[in-house]
Amino acid sequence: MSPKTLYDKIWDDHLVDEAEDGTCLLYIDRHLVHEVTSPQAFEGLRTSGRTVHAPERTIGVPDHNVPTTPGRDVHIDNEESRIQVEALDKNARDFGIHYYPVSDLRQGIVHIVGPEQGWTLPGMTVVCGDSHTATHGAFGALAHGIGTSEVEHVLATQTLIARKSKNMKVEITGKLAPGVTAKDITMSVIGTTGTAGGTGYVIEYCGEAIRDLSMEGRMTVCNMAIEGGARAGLIAPDDKTYAYCKGRPHAPKGAQWEAALNWWKTLFTDDDAKWDKVVTIRGEDIAPVVTWGTSPEDVLPITGVVPSADDFKGGKVDAAKRSLEYMGLTAGTPLCEIPIDTVFIGSCTNGRIEDLRAAAAILKGKKVADGVRAMVVPGSGLVRAQAEEEGLADIFKDAGFEWRLAGCSMCLAMNPDQLEPGERCAATSNRNFEGRQGRGGRTHLMSPAMAAAAAVTGRLTDVRELM
Amino acid sequence: MDKFEKLTGVAAPLDMINVDTDMIIPKQFLKTIKRSGLGVSLFDEMRYDDDRNEKPDFVLNKPAYRNAEILVAGDNFGCGSSREHAPWAIKDFGIRCVIAPSFADIFYNNCFKNGILPIALPPEQVDLLMRDADKGENARMTVDLENQSITTSDGEVLTFEVDAFRKHCLLNGLDDIGLTMEKAPAIETYEVTLAQARPWV
Repeated sequence: MSPKTLYDKIWDDHLVDEAEDGTCLLYIDRHLVHEVTSPQAFEGLRTSGRTVHAPERTIGVPDHNVPTTPGRDVHIDNEESRIQVEALDKNARDFGIHYYPVSDLRQGIVHIVGPEQGWTLPGMTVVCGDSHTATHGAFGALAHGIGTSEVEHVLATQTLIARKSKNMKVEITGKLAPGVTAKDITMSVIGTTGTAGGTGYVIEYCGEAIRDLSMEGRMTVCNMAIEGGARAGLIAPDDKTYAYCKGRPHAPKGAQWEAALNWWKTLFTDDDAKWDKVVTIRGEDIAPVVTWGTSPEDVLPITGVVPSADDFKGGKVDAAKRSLEYMGLTAGTPLCEIPIDTVFIGSCTNGRIEDLRAAAAILKGKKVADGVRAMVVPGSGLVRAQAEEEGLADIFKDAGFEWRLAGCSMCLAMNPDQLEPGERCAATSNRNFEGRQGRGGRTHLMSPAMAAAAAVTGRLTDVRELM
Repeated sequence: MDKFEKLTGVAAPLDMINVDTDMIIPKQFLKTIKRSGLGVSLFDEMRYDDDRNEKPDFVLNKPAYRNAEILVAGDNFGCGSSREHAPWAIKDFGIRCVIAPSFADIFYNNCFKNGILPIALPPEQVDLLMRDADKGENARMTVDLENQSITTSDGEVLTFEVDAFRKHCLLNGLDDIGLTMEKAPAIETYEVTLAQARPWV
């Protein structure tokens, strides 16, 4: 048998059918749904008289447009948001899928809830009508976003029509320096490969620096595989993965746990497996980074300066000009001199307990700078509860942060949490596109510790100065 | 799904790289529970000013391109969010074909599910089509899916690649779900095997 990558193995294990032209039917183990990309899919089932093929493998949770302030379980003011959330409530009920409504303590961002509840396990196929489904790849699962038509297809058949991607290896060797986090790894990879560098590939992240990361950190890395253009990103499971999964509500137990564990231990890339593309980065070379522009590839070490459009080539020259104008930045300005007026800590990229711990460690005993609005939005109700138990919530509140309820919040501003035109935000989310956090809003992406540092100084800041 | 066979129409040039789906359809229009009616909001932030007036410089606001049916764009078109609202908005506007050097994966898939043909061509060929599209409403291109060809207004013919299965579905307007349901026995067999091999799943 020829050597296989981890992706090859998971793919082969889920193949239901393969046509001569390479079009495959892939079995889907877990289908996550949220309120924004599913209503049309459920409606499609109704109008065609179809049912959900495997409701026991389908998990719903509202996250994108729920407000993050109290009272939302009683009433959501925005009528369109309310209708979408109510539609998901009804669809979950009518079709009998697992569901965590807004009123449930376990509600949160779908990509945080899935792993937390033990739905996401090694070797599974996981899809969701959301590009950041890549997050679940941290467990050695093949996880990626799909469109609404595909959501309907998976609901109706529990399969996905797919073609196999190519294999890309991203190795991060060695150790990370102090102040450098999983977010800096994943952003640095995109800064190196570009937002289309992974197009057509599934990335496997490996190397000592990846092995050293916690499961939370690995989720951060895989989460942004999509920003690098990849179909999915994944990391081979190991003892940390098993330890994270063990005891979760929907993880296997007893003899089934042992059987699962035995199988999970076969989930690694064979020696001599063929890679179509390899990128290697030395962990020691990664610095705390921020984005300066309006594409996630616009990444620079915080010690750098705003680039000039002339530094680029081809179509990127015009794109950089447009970005600098939109961002209101002048070439040559040191990044650490850029003032900010908003800080957002949260999202499926950085809304887990470890992220809140990292930010709180910087904030302890300090205050948010005058004129800066700072908010922290835990990724789930359980993350929020744990942070309160650990005393992190008090640190945030004492520093002057708003302590919110779980949801996608200002990552995509489909809810009341938005930037005003011209406002500049230090954000731990994943996209700095024009208008992403609110029309005219300006986003700088960074790690939770870096965002906390920016909150304290009121400007983009090298977190190492505060450590 | 609407069929796509052959299309002759005006091509609009959008010479930008990394056009993301937030640009194609911003988040405030994702709160719909319908698939229709998004065309008026296509490229909203580039197309309208803060007072909702059309920005005259934006390509689809120019008289020549108001009825464009083809869009020629830069590298990595459709990156970002998986929102299928992006192809819904493009289709609702009246565009049935997007040509670019490369597409983001999810957007590319989503197009085929909605009767839109995305065509990836080498950059120099996209440049040629971009220049052709620059000529305005008299520069009508023809996209022929059956023959996998694009004919410029000057009569120059380019060929393109498309996956055979997707081509077949698009040419015939076939519904994926119906096709997959014909494979129900294979799915059942898989599920029986799965229950034995990995019962915890």
